[in-house]
Amino acid sequence: MNVNILAFGIAKDIFGGPSVSLDLANDANISNLKYLLEQQYPRLKKLATYMVAVNNEYALDGDTIHERDEIAIIPPVSGG
Amino acid sequence: MTIIILSLNTQIKLSVSTLNVQECVDWVISPECGGIDVFIGTVRNATKGKAVVRLEFEAYEKMAVKELEKITQQAFDKWPVQKVLIHHRTGVLQIGEIPVVIAVAAAHRDAAFDACRYIIDTLKQTVPIWKKEIFEDGEVWVAAHP
Repeated sequence: MNVNILAFGIAKDIFGGPSVSLDLANDANISNLKYLLEQQYPRLKKLATYMVAVNNEYALDGDTIHERDEIAIIPPVSGG
Repeated sequence: MTIIILSLNTQIKLSVSTLNVQECVDWVISPECGGIDVFIGTVRNATKGKAVVRLEFEAYEKMAVKELEKITQQAFDKWPVQKVLIHHRTGVLQIGEIPVVIAVAAAHRDAAFDACRYIIDTLKQTVPIWKKEIFEDGEVWVAAHP
């Protein structure tokens, strides 16, 4: 399946734009997604940490991704 | 873009426009409350001794509002507070401008102080909003790197 991944903050700089699309296995989980992204964008590994959000909620590494999910990369937040 | 979540006891706003502290206070004030605690974040002119020119805030708006709602709900669950308001700016802010206002009204001051502190501390940990510090000679996304 092909998924679109939104990027914010420094992730947008790393991806070179506000979103990227990625081909994933149909049963892919968050950890598979992170692995693939880190291969393509090694600067992600230099971040203090980063999370993945699915449908506007923080996701765990084992969570499965579905085709129409809204996926976003959440680098360390710094609001306030 | 402006998002406002309104209920009788909660108001959450993300806005590109200047925040108005008095409006925030006016919204939370209520007859059953004996105290209002207000936290106002302001843009500081330096970070670690280095002069800051301005800040740029970016939000994942839909998720930020959801996370802010969770925090306000937690505040109501943990303390006897009557009204909670969170306003947060996005976009470009100059030195001295206000990126965030949190106002909490409660019957007694302890609950208002504690809830207000909890809200700003948790906001800084969980809400998908990012700030970039712009210096004379470069820019840095705050907290991005160890």
